[in-house]
Amino acid sequence: MLFPLASDYLVWLLVAALASFAYYCSRNPHLAAPWARVFRSRAAVASAVVLAFFVGVGLLDSVHYRPRLPATDPAAPPVYSVEVRSLLDLALTRLRTRLEITYSAPLATRLLQKERIERPDGTSVRDYPRLRFGGQHLKDEADLSQDVALRIVAGLALAAAVWSLVVLAGRRTLARRWPFVPWDAAAIALAALLALAGPVAMLAAGYHVLGTNQVGSDVLYQALKSIRISLVIGTLTTLVLLPLGIAAGITAGYFKGWLDDAVQYVYTTLNSIPGVLLIAASVLMVQVYIDTHPELFPTSAQRADFRLLSLCAILGAVDWTGLARLLRGETLKLAQLDYIEAAHAFGVSHVRILTRHILPNVTHIVVITLVLSFSGLVLAEAVLSYIGVGVDPSTISFGTMINAARLEMAREPMVWWSLAAAFVFMFALVLAANLFADAVRDGFDPRVRV
Amino acid sequence: MSEVLLQVLDLRTQLDMPAGALRAVDGVDLELRQAECFALVGESGCGKSMTALSLLRLLPEAGRIAEGRVLLEGQDLFALPEAAMRAVRGRRVAMIFQEPSTALNPVLTVGRQIAEVIERHTPLAGEAVRRRARELLDSVGIPDAARRVEEYPFQLSGGLKQRVMIAAALAAEPEVLIADEPTTALDVTIQAQILDLLAKLQAERRMAILLITHDLGIVARMAQRVAVMYAGEIVETAARSDFFRAPQHPYSQKLFDALPTPQKRGGQLSVIAGQVPQLNAQFRGCRFAERCELAFQRCRDEAPQLIALPGGAARVRCHLREQGAAPERRAAAAPLPADAQAAGASEPVLAEVEDLKVHFPIRKGLLKRTVGQVKAVDGVSLAVRAGRTLALVGESGCGKTTVGKAMLRLLPPSAGKVAFDGADLASLPRSELRARRRAMQIIFQDPYASLNPRMRVADVLAEGMRSLGVGRDETDRQRRMAALLEQVGLPPETLARYPHEFSGGQRQRIAIARALAVEPKLIVCDEPTSALDVSVQAQILNLLKSLQERLGIAYLFITHNISIVEFLAHEVAVMYLGRIVERGTVEEVLGDPKHPYTEALLSAVPMVDGERSIIRLSGELPSPANPPAGCHFHPRCPKATPECRQDYPQAVALGRGRSVSCILYRSSKAESSS
Repeated sequence: MLFPLASDYLVWLLVAALASFAYYCSRNPHLAAPWARVFRSRAAVASAVVLAFFVGVGLLDSVHYRPRLPATDPAAPPVYSVEVRSLLDLALTRLRTRLEITYSAPLATRLLQKERIERPDGTSVRDYPRLRFGGQHLKDEADLSQDVALRIVAGLALAAAVWSLVVLAGRRTLARRWPFVPWDAAAIALAALLALAGPVAMLAAGYHVLGTNQVGSDVLYQALKSIRISLVIGTLTTLVLLPLGIAAGITAGYFKGWLDDAVQYVYTTLNSIPGVLLIAASVLMVQVYIDTHPELFPTSAQRADFRLLSLCAILGAVDWTGLARLLRGETLKLAQLDYIEAAHAFGVSHVRILTRHILPNVTHIVVITLVLSFSGLVLAEAVLSYIGVGVDPSTISFGTMINAARLEMAREPMVWWSLAAAFVFMFALVLAANLFADAVRDGFDPRVRV
Repeated sequence: MSEVLLQVLDLRTQLDMPAGALRAVDGVDLELRQAECFALVGESGCGKSMTALSLLRLLPEAGRIAEGRVLLEGQDLFALPEAAMRAVRGRRVAMIFQEPSTALNPVLTVGRQIAEVIERHTPLAGEAVRRRARELLDSVGIPDAARRVEEYPFQLSGGLKQRVMIAAALAAEPEVLIADEPTTALDVTIQAQILDLLAKLQAERRMAILLITHDLGIVARMAQRVAVMYAGEIVETAARSDFFRAPQHPYSQKLFDALPTPQKRGGQLSVIAGQVPQLNAQFRGCRFAERCELAFQRCRDEAPQLIALPGGAARVRCHLREQGAAPERRAAAAPLPADAQAAGASEPVLAEVEDLKVHFPIRKGLLKRTVGQVKAVDGVSLAVRAGRTLALVGESGCGKTTVGKAMLRLLPPSAGKVAFDGADLASLPRSELRARRRAMQIIFQDPYASLNPRMRVADVLAEGMRSLGVGRDETDRQRRMAALLEQVGLPPETLARYPHEFSGGQRQRIAIARALAVEPKLIVCDEPTSALDVSVQAQILNLLKSLQERLGIAYLFITHNISIVEFLAHEVAVMYLGRIVERGTVEEVLGDPKHPYTEALLSAVPMVDGERSIIRLSGELPSPANPPAGCHFHPRCPKATPECRQDYPQAVALGRGRSVSCILYRSSKAESSS
């Protein structure tokens, strides 16, 4: 049974909004031209491929359902599990369900710590026990390196096959439609991505590629699940931030006077309160609300989701000041321009001047701010979850993974893979987002035009 | 003939653009002699500034010198390494730029910026440098140089900044001074001061000046020799007197014909069709052939060479001149022809402004208390007659634009009345005002800022009609828009395009069409041609004139350009520091100015033909926040008496519609009242 969470609705709403914005851009030369400039940049195209991978994973993880429980009585109405799963969970069933007992290193066949093992002859020894699933198919553990090498080769072959198919198909369609885009950069980025993903997929079928965590769950699975949280925080926050920032910014800059004073006082005050303090206080208040109203949240997934959305709203409510400040400045400048004066001379209403003259002329600032703030928000989630005021502790996210690493790094032997996995995934996501944001800024900023 | 100082041989400069190489300078030869002022004339986009920057090897990043040599007393500047070139810049060849406000570093004192040049290029050090900087400021006529040396650029006015620029350029006593439009950003009275200064310095130091300008009046005043540039080439060089007597190239002739003069009042100005061609194109024939009325087949097939004309040093790039020199130009020095001016005085008054004041409060402190008033407009009265043009003349900062905007209530008037169509626009509530907006419209100065870059031309034109309910429905408006474009001379496909696709002149036509869309009776034209080239200016002036004849629209024409006033206006009001100092018909005011300011303003305008003595005004426009006591003009007035410091003189009527605010004419008032 489909069981969409509130954040799923918003994610797909955002996808729809982006699609219509893309259509709007394609119909308006003043927006289509800068986007064309963005996609002339090789770095932007390559990072867009990486981002597309992350977004794909995130969207798969945004279709939730509750699996039907096996019916004991065929006549009875179907009964659904209380556990909420996503399409990504379904695709990664093997990773999700093959739980070990506790920590194991990447590609290991045995646990990290010694345990007492009962032998078939009744004696017992203290040794590193074999994993329940990782490397279980190996008859002899000495074959490990050979098996791994074989799987890598097979993975690369698979990647090469997929890559050739995609490139062939792409050359027929995409390259004809948009000939100015440096598709070779996209092909190279895709090759690199597939060369990583292919072997990892092949290895993941038999091993824990990135090891397991304290409760024996696969770290690769956790990292992939964390992507959605990052994307949701990075994008849904804008749904709160945008209306606040735009409304406050352009009305303050356009009407000036007491409205401008009021907006300026609000954002100066807001900026003077330490952000973390404000967020921590708000999140804790939300948590109290959740705890005192259990009837509103029948499943734990809904509870975690509510906290996630609240976090987005809080971050947005704290973060809009930067955008508002930029827009106020730009609007102050625009409102002096002759075409606005001409509109006044025609008696055009304020609302129409704001929507027809001011707003289209500040779109570039909005786009640049949004893309640049995305990576900041992704990092903010990690930091906030680390100090315990981010997402629900039961939610898998980069922040909670890093939080757990506090204890893991102090162990002997050290457990480094959770932190490393979170680091690598976040680094790839933020780097790609930053490179893309740079290209967007260059494309939209009228001053850097050559 | 004096010695050749700087020689440019076959200079070719390219700008590498995404659309291909732009040949900004394409084979320019010129010589600069000692103690000579050589003027390089042409419209924007002809490659004048690029030539100057190439000489100093200061091209923008995309630019490169493809070919050619520049010899400074026989030494090839292009062969020098960059380090040696730095010793040439400033020391031997110096440059002053158009915009004094951006050419000085705002965080350094002006003394420091001049000292920088002195330290780099002379052996002076320490106190000697400071003394030299003071001397230099003194020599460019900056009063109180010892104090000014310690000031920052923001404390100086535009004219003073340009003097500082000149002082810095002269610091190392260069042999060649390149002046790139040195007075374009300045007012005429200040321009006259700066030109005087340049001429004086040149005579004292026997400097060679390469003067780049688009203003033929400045050329007539300053230059000994002239070169006309068009599309990257020099099309004509001649001595000044020969050039002004008989310009040889059809382009030069057209530049003269396009100048507005009083003699052309009755008719249309001659225009140059089309625009300067794109310089990344390949040219086969003459570059001017497309726009030349005299072009024949050979012009399109064969590029003309610079040919020397018999009996003179003039050289011209035109096939026609093989048959001999062109006839002399008709000099335009005749007085204003008396046309049907008097008849116009009987037209009904359309809009009457009475004692209009616009004050901007100066707020200070945390609570933003008002501590003073900038009296941008301080009691202006004027009347615009139906179907006539009233020119509002004055220097920048005198408040003329503020008058125009306050009449339309684009700025809130502080006091006064704007009687229009039986109502006082200055006090109507916003909702009632809206209904009357149809009758009055405005055209702005900057064609690039006056159209929303995000709106198609159709939306630009329709905006006013929709807002004010002009036209029955969309189809009716579509029909009207097509008619409007035809009226302003634009093709119908313009409607679907965006403003950035058009040139400055075309944008100004769109702006005119936008104003016309709501069928106004009065249009405030706020310097509509000052951002345009001469030939384009002529097109716009012709258009405005013919629209007035056909539609009977009245104009309030705000300008600082006296020749436009002579060509277009019926009546004139001269403004100084927020007040009108003199009013009257064009013939009266321009032919027989009464107020000392009007006299000085008129005399400072550089003339193409004829000489006139210039009344030099010292100093600059005072701040309207703190106007001088008594007559605002008395600190600069050559005829000021102690009495002028007492009270602001009342306007004195000197016949119908003529009035002047000056103490000198109080006696005549007594006569007329008696």
